[in-house]
Formats: sequence, structure tokens, C-alpha cells
Amino acid sequence: MQFGIFTVGDVTTDPTTGRTPTEHERITATVAIAKKAEEVGLDVFATGQHHNPPFVPSAPTTTLAFIAAQTERILLSTSTTLITTTDPVRIAEDYATLQHLSDGRMDLMMGRGNTGPVYPWFGKDIRDGIPLAIENYALLHRLWREEVVNWQGQYRTPLQGFTSTPRPLDGIPPFVWHGSIRSPEIAEQAAYYGDGFFSNHIFWPASHTKQMVQLYRRRFEHYGHGSADQAIVGLGGQVFMRKNSQDAVREFRPYFDNAPVYGHGPSLEEFTRQTPLTVGSPQEVIERTLSFRDYAGDYQRQLWLMDHAGLPLKTVLEQLDILGEEVVPVLRKEFAALKPAHVPDAPTHASLLAAAGGGHDSTVHAVDDVTGASPEATQPTTLDRTRSTLEVSK
Amino acid sequence: MNPFHLAVITAGVTQPSSTRLLADRLTAATVAALAPREVVVEVVDVREVAHDLTNTVLTGFASPELQVRLDAITEADAVVVATPIYAASYSGLFKMLVDVLPTDALRDTPVLLGATGGTARHSLAVDHALRPLFAHLGALVAPVAVFAASEDWGSTEAGRLGERIERAGRSFAALVTGQPRAERIDPFADVTPFAAPLAGARR
Repeated sequence: MQFGIFTVGDVTTDPTTGRTPTEHERITATVAIAKKAEEVGLDVFATGQHHNPPFVPSAPTTTLAFIAAQTERILLSTSTTLITTTDPVRIAEDYATLQHLSDGRMDLMMGRGNTGPVYPWFGKDIRDGIPLAIENYALLHRLWREEVVNWQGQYRTPLQGFTSTPRPLDGIPPFVWHGSIRSPEIAEQAAYYGDGFFSNHIFWPASHTKQMVQLYRRRFEHYGHGSADQAIVGLGGQVFMRKNSQDAVREFRPYFDNAPVYGHGPSLEEFTRQTPLTVGSPQEVIERTLSFRDYAGDYQRQLWLMDHAGLPLKTVLEQLDILGEEVVPVLRKEFAALKPAHVPDAPTHASLLAAAGGGHDSTVHAVDDVTGASPEATQPTTLDRTRSTLEVSK
Repeated sequence: MNPFHLAVITAGVTQPSSTRLLADRLTAATVAALAPREVVVEVVDVREVAHDLTNTVLTGFASPELQVRLDAITEADAVVVATPIYAASYSGLFKMLVDVLPTDALRDTPVLLGATGGTARHSLAVDHALRPLFAHLGALVAPVAVFAASEDWGSTEAGRLGERIERAGRSFAALVTGQPRAERIDPFADVTPFAAPLAGARR
């Protein structure tokens, strides 16, 4: 099972000091948090994608590549990649490049994200959110699997004889998750492709997550990717920990009360009761997290939101220490003991490579428009023919 | 025959509340008109979930306490609503409840409208505010609605509130059950014994 963190990348005022970090501070803090996540033994770091204040991560692959260059082991992902408003051609190119630069140490999570005003900035309309997510991903899926794509759809210019470069590392497309808070269509989409399904989980009650995950599992089996309990499920989570429960509650309350999304609404107590948010001791976090399995089944990826609501970097790094030292080692052991053998781990580049019987270089070499020559044409016979063609044309 | 499920939404905030009183009387009139059909009444007092409504607007999900009420409304065979009229329209709390109902929760559901206000001059708010709201929701809004002003509670003469409530209940029950309306009274078939109007005149 993979454990990690995901960030939204919000620039939020610390309600206890009234101080708002600069964008520069927030971006460098994101890198520091990702490096810390690797240092404390977490498996995944994922960043969001947003194109409006108060968010900074508008260029996720730039940030992830920068992190990849400074880490060794941690898997880099997104939470989420905006499949609605981002051109699938750019997603194919950007993330294939990241895949090469990180040596396959990445995957990505598709999401619709966005509020109404964001869509038209990218020439789209929020009312087409679901159809955009469906069509754009269908194209992205092909761009990574077919060398030459002829394509026409509703939402972008047609492609004729298009090759997305670079080709995926070793000919293995990056593994894709589909993230959703509330849309059954997205669970269905993930099931159709046999991709992973990530339930945001943190904003809504467990009963809702259970419905979504069950739907995805049932449809995963329907589409013949394996049995329902072999489907690839990820869950969000939200925690704040101190040695003593009361200290955690006292310290986190002002951040909760003023947080974007749920601030000024339900009390901390109501929200912890009704959603997966856990504020307390490491032991309480362990118990709560293990209980997710009761309704989501054996799942493959647990990501926590740790750096939101204006929490200062120092506090976030302390939280990661607790997570890495006291929580994740126990969860790793407990979850592993509970998981039946036939339930797979989340696919990684290495496992997909092994399943494919090894990799192959899938570089597509260009043919020179004028000469018809190609670097692939290195065999003497081909070379001869090229030469003679040239002679004839002279 | 399955019992008939009647949900009642009441948005009065005082204790006791005249809006609640109106809701209860509209309910009783409907239940009486539906007899002998067994009716299960579920009352949603908006005040009891006022905080939950705010939280739901902010978080997008309902607390368990609110959810059972939303379910009762969604699954009801018919709904009686009663709201105080504030500033020429239904109360804000009442609208918050309507706002968080699932899409199509009231589509094709018969709804009986009731409202209360300080004076009879607010009575058209039922038709200017409540009726369009429920038309938007696709509800089958009963043509006869009841507005009760403060003065209506004071005397049976002034507003004939009791009669209006009874009539509303009867026509709502007819709408709900798809019964043909009561036969028209032929003024020549029978007459009111003269003693009755005479008694009124002498009073």
C-alpha cells in the first residue's frame, strides 16, 4: 500500500498570526514539503493544478520535475490534473516528459476541478465539464498508446497524423487515477479503462465515499479488469496530530474555523464526526485510517492533506515527521496483514514494465520532408535506396 | 394499502409559532379529508436544523439530523409547507431548506402552500413568491393556498380561517388522490333553512 500526501497549493493567511505567505514562499514550501515526505519515508507526493488566486500550482510538471531532480525514491503525482480545461495534447507531452526525467517515478490523477469562471479562460464551458473529461481523456489515452493519431472531437481542433512526443518511457504509458468528489460518471470512467479511482473523501461523509467506491469496483469487474476487490482505489484523508489529543484540537481549531471550504460552518467536532478529518493523537489517526477499509475495502493508496488552511511550513514539517515516524509504519504493517494475496498493489512504472514483459524504446524518428531520410534508416539496403532516389530526383 | 406519507415543512421560528399552528391545522384538514386512508405525518421544523442548513450550504453535505428530514421530504407522497412572510417573501431559513433539497426532490409531488404574516396585506406573497418557487421545482402546487394574518387568529368572523383551512385540505386531498371534486351544490336543490342567516343577522 502506498502512503503519501497531496497538496492543493493554496496561499492562505495563517489565522493565528494574520500573516499570508508570498507566492514564492508557498512554492518553495511545496518543494520542501515534498522532499520532507521522501525523507520521512512516504511513497507519494501529489500537487494540485489551479489557475487562479489563491492558488500557486499552475504549472505542476515544472514543480514536479524540479522535485524529481532533488529526490530519489518518492513517486510524484497530481491532485488533480485538470482534464477539462487542459489540452490533452499538452498533458500527453508534459507528463511523458516528466516520466522520462523522473525515470518513471510518476503517475497522475485526472480531475475536473475548477469553478465556472475558470473554464472560459481556456475556451471551455463548465456546463460541458463531464463531456470534456470524457472526450479529453479518451484522446489522451490514445496519444500515449498510438504512435500516429487521427482524431476528431467536439472540444479541440482535429488531429491528422499527429504523434505526441516524447513517447512514453519504455513504451509504458503513465498510470492514471481518476479523482472525484461526487460524480458517478468519473467512477464509471475509471472502471471502463481499468484505471485507478481516487475518492477525495475529505469533504463528505463516509457513506458517500462508500457509494462511489462500490460503484467503481462493481463496474471495474463488469468491464473485465478483474474482480471488484482487485480494483485500484485511493482515498484522501485529513489529519492533525499532537502527542496529546487535546493539544492537537487546541492548536488546529483556529485553522479549521477559518479554513477555505468548510470554515465558518460546522464545528470541528461535527466535521470530525461526519467526515474523515481526524484531529488527535497518532494512535487516533491510525485507528481512523484503518477504519476506512471497512467501507472502501482493501485499497492501494492513502494520501493526506497536510499543508492547507494557512498552517505554517514548520508545523507541516512536524506533522510529516509524526506521520512518517509514528503513523505510517504501523499502518503499513496493519494494512499488509489484512490484505488478501489476490488484491494487487497500485501499478507503478516498474510493475507495468514487468507485466508488459520488459520495455522497449518507443522513440518515433522523424522522416525528413525534403529528403525522405530517417535516422531509423540505417541499414545499408535502405540507405542505398534513399541514395538512388536522391540521384533520380537530381 | 400502503400508508400515505405526508411531509410537513414549517419555518416559523418563535415558540409557540403561528406558522406551526397553521401547518398543523392544514395537516389535520388534509388527513381528515384523506380518511379513511392511513396517513403517516412527518413534520420538518426548520428551526431545529437551522445550523445544519447553514453548514450544508457551506460544505455541500447534510448532517445526519438534516439528512433524515431531507429524505422524508423527498420520499413523501405529498408535502404541506408553511412559512412566515418576511419582507414580502418566504423566510430565508425556509429558502435554505428548499435550496439544499436534492434536484427534482419535489417534481410531481403535490404541495399545499401556507403562509403567515402580520397583516392581510402580505397575503399575495403566497402567489407572488411561494407559487413561482414551487412551480420552478416542478411540484404540483395545489390551487387553494392559505394565508393567515395575525387578525385571522383573533376571530372566526374576520378571516374565516377555519373554513379556508378545511377547504384547502379538502381540495388538496382531492388533488392528491386524483378524486373528482365534490359535486357542485345546486342552489335550487336544497336551501339553507332561513333560521341560520336570520340567526347571523341577529347576532
